[in-house]
Amino acid sequence: MQPLVDLFPFILFSGWSGMLIASALGVILARNPVHSVLFLVLCFVISAAIWLLLHAEFLAVALVLVYVGAVMVLLLFVVMMLDINAERMREGLTRYAPFGVLVGLLLAAQLASVWWLRGSDAELLAQPQTPYFSEGNTRALGELLYTEHLYAFEIAGYILLLAIVGAITLTLRRRQGLRVQQVSEQVAARAKDRVRLVKMPAERDE
Amino acid sequence: MIGLPHLLTLSAVLFAIAVCGIFINRRSVILLLMCVELLLLAVNFNFVAFAWFLGDLAGQVFVFFILTVAAAEAAIGLAILVVLFRNRISVNVDEFQLLKG
Amino acid sequence: MRHEAILLAPLCAALLVALGCRALPRLLAHGLPIAAVGASAVLSTWALVDQLNGPPVVVKLFDWLSIGGLHLSFGLLIDRLSALMMCVVTWVSLAVHVYTVRYMRDDPGYARFFACIAFFTSAMLLLVMADNFMQLFVGWEAVGLASYLLIGFWFKRPSANFASLKAFLVNRIGDLGLLLGIGLIAGAAGTLDYAEVFAGAGTLAVREITVWPGISWPALDLGCVLLFVGAMGKSAQMPLHIWLPDSMEGPTPISALIHAATMVTAGVFMVARMSPLFEHSAMALSLVLAAGATTALATGLVAIVQQDIKRIVAWSTLSQLGYMMAGAGVSAYSVAIYHLFTHAFFKALLFLAAGAVIVALHHQQDIRRMGGLWRRMPITYATALIGGLALAGIPGTAGFFSKDALIAAVSRADGALGAYAGWCLLLGVAATAFYTARLLLVVFHGEPRGEPQASPRSPLEPVGPWMLAPLLFLAVPSLLIGWFTFAPVVLGDYFAGSVVNLPSGGPGGANLSESTAEFFLHGLYSPVFLLAALGGAAAWALYEWRPQWRELAAPALRWPARALKLGYGFDMLVERAVIPGTRGLARGAAEQADARFIDGLLVNGLGRIVRWSSRAMRRLQTGLLYHYAFAMVTAICLLIAWVILMVSG
Repeated sequence: MQPLVDLFPFILFSGWSGMLIASALGVILARNPVHSVLFLVLCFVISAAIWLLLHAEFLAVALVLVYVGAVMVLLLFVVMMLDINAERMREGLTRYAPFGVLVGLLLAAQLASVWWLRGSDAELLAQPQTPYFSEGNTRALGELLYTEHLYAFEIAGYILLLAIVGAITLTLRRRQGLRVQQVSEQVAARAKDRVRLVKMPAERDE
Repeated sequence: MIGLPHLLTLSAVLFAIAVCGIFINRRSVILLLMCVELLLLAVNFNFVAFAWFLGDLAGQVFVFFILTVAAAEAAIGLAILVVLFRNRISVNVDEFQLLKG
Repeated sequence: MRHEAILLAPLCAALLVALGCRALPRLLAHGLPIAAVGASAVLSTWALVDQLNGPPVVVKLFDWLSIGGLHLSFGLLIDRLSALMMCVVTWVSLAVHVYTVRYMRDDPGYARFFACIAFFTSAMLLLVMADNFMQLFVGWEAVGLASYLLIGFWFKRPSANFASLKAFLVNRIGDLGLLLGIGLIAGAAGTLDYAEVFAGAGTLAVREITVWPGISWPALDLGCVLLFVGAMGKSAQMPLHIWLPDSMEGPTPISALIHAATMVTAGVFMVARMSPLFEHSAMALSLVLAAGATTALATGLVAIVQQDIKRIVAWSTLSQLGYMMAGAGVSAYSVAIYHLFTHAFFKALLFLAAGAVIVALHHQQDIRRMGGLWRRMPITYATALIGGLALAGIPGTAGFFSKDALIAAVSRADGALGAYAGWCLLLGVAATAFYTARLLLVVFHGEPRGEPQASPRSPLEPVGPWMLAPLLFLAVPSLLIGWFTFAPVVLGDYFAGSVVNLPSGGPGGANLSESTAEFFLHGLYSPVFLLAALGGAAAWALYEWRPQWRELAAPALRWPARALKLGYGFDMLVERAVIPGTRGLARGAAEQADARFIDGLLVNGLGRIVRWSSRAMRRLQTGLLYHYAFAMVTAICLLIAWVILMVSG
């Protein structure tokens, strides 16, 4: 009989796992796309909680901050902006549903069976390596990122930059007939372009 | 105790649900995008789990990069979606068949 | 530097004139090439003088390319052989250049012509000065190109186009042989440098190569035969001679330069240059001797029945080339080259004289419409007479020394082939004397016939000093050069460093006589002179003294004359058999092999397969997202299944 304190993380993990699976099902089954996105947010939050148990503290926080805070909000924003007919979206759902479930189950069975088949490695991986970093998860991750994986890190930065540029170029709309300041033209203007001095003979008044 | 089998099973189930989602929700590109996010999350679970059990932080670094790329992918995907919706007033997958041979 | 200049000066002049073409003033159009060729001639003479008392010069210009173990470079080899050839080429070329100023005066392609002959001169020099086989081949093809361009110079005449094409195509056959020979040497010797190949000739001679599974031949025999095929094409040996008579469609100056003095002798030069190889191959030498001797007699006979003044000289050129080849065939390379040397002068002279007659008679070429011209064209007559005497080999002239030496060398050859060759050359002398005498008698003596000269008052076209000067210039060596050069070149060992004579080769040309004077005196009572005198006398009897005898003899000689007029039917054979055969083959290839098999089955068939398969593949591309997703997921399932199988198995 294990003490309850030792059992506590497992109880937490089990509960959260159930909630995670339930909300994942919610994502794919909800009728309203807004609900789907909200279920997805829930998925990510629960995942972050589970990752905390797995000693991935930095990733858990990053998942909540970056993913839930930015990406999911973006998704929600788009879903709400695009006026999608929720009813029409569900047409034809049932026709392919059994097939999809079948494929999903097959895949799940295959994935899970990997563990049971690799019995020889079971002892090796039976116990988690705790704690496998001494000076805190964030610091350890940072040291690894900025030394060993520096190039990959830089490339990831470029990919994000590219995504920004790509997203802006895709969605930028130039409207015709809009009256705006042309700063470059203003700066480039010269006096002789604007003012012309004309010499005229004085007219004689009869 | 939380064992590796539990984590792997959880991630397999999550992955399977996401795949099912792709097949069930064949009417909306947005849901497809969300399912892709779920798929990536399932994969990330595996990485984090193995990082813990093998005592190797490289798994977490990998998750970090996956998150980065997934964010970029989501941004671009949503941008494409917006343009698509603007032009076709629809996000119905069945209506996008330009690549049909 | 001066050695490169010999080669480059005419080339630069040719390029400048070709680029300037119509825009160039006349003075520059002929001034530049004449100056360049003149400079080349002076420098060549300088090089020759150097060679008389110095070692051969090898100038390595640059590395051209290197493929595998084969390194090709450009370089100049100036030894006594090439120096002599360079002098012949440049001086005759200079004479022809000067002559052309008047001859082509009224032609719209004036500058183009000068560009072409200057280009030809440099190409010929490249051929002569080459120090490796590849460069020889480049020069060989370049002179062929120049010849093609110049035969077809009057490209508005269908006959000129036909003749230039014919020359080009017939030369293709020879050039293919040359190329194969060079390739064989490159393959067997691993190098194309003259010096290296010649140094290894002994080992090459015992090597055998497999020409067909189960059949192997000595590499050197095959190589030399192939090289000689190239020489046959360029030097118009039977049966590849058919292009040369037709090449007379070109302007007369190039007939003198290219088709008499220089290009057609390239084959003889090449055989002499390759003497270290040919000496090892008795078989190739026999072939050279047989082809040369046959050509010498057979084409000499054809010259008797020709009526066109240029064609007579052209057939005579064929005959003389045969003499040279026959000389090379008995290893008498020095004598062959010596005949080449003298022949260049007197044959160019004869051609240029013929050109002068043609111009004077307003482009009349038929000798039946000439006659009695000696009074009205005394200088032309005198120079043509000198050329004719030299051609007939009258003792004392340049032609006598070279031709008598050749006949003497060939007569020493043993065996049936040697006897055959000796008789061919001897009888050829009579034929030569006969057609030469006939030419001179009909053109310059007798009653004036034809249009402009029939009435004594009507003016001949004036010929002028530009044309007469080269005639006089060439007449001097034609008459006298034998006295100075015979002793060192033929009796001495002038070519000792350039050509090789081995005991295994033919008898060669050594020790023909004690001295020039003795050779001359001996020539006066030799059968050669007797035959030449007989031939000349016969021509005189038939064409001057008793013309009616010709009618008496005509019925008996109808069939031989017909055969000769047809040139033994080689042209007919080509036109009736070779050309239709080739056309049929080409048509078959085009309609069956190309249209049906390659286009129909391979090209279109491939396209059809692609179309069918892509039509089938098209159905896979529905454009629907979830179909693609399904394919991906299925693939993932299969992949995982495979991994599981691998792990558990």
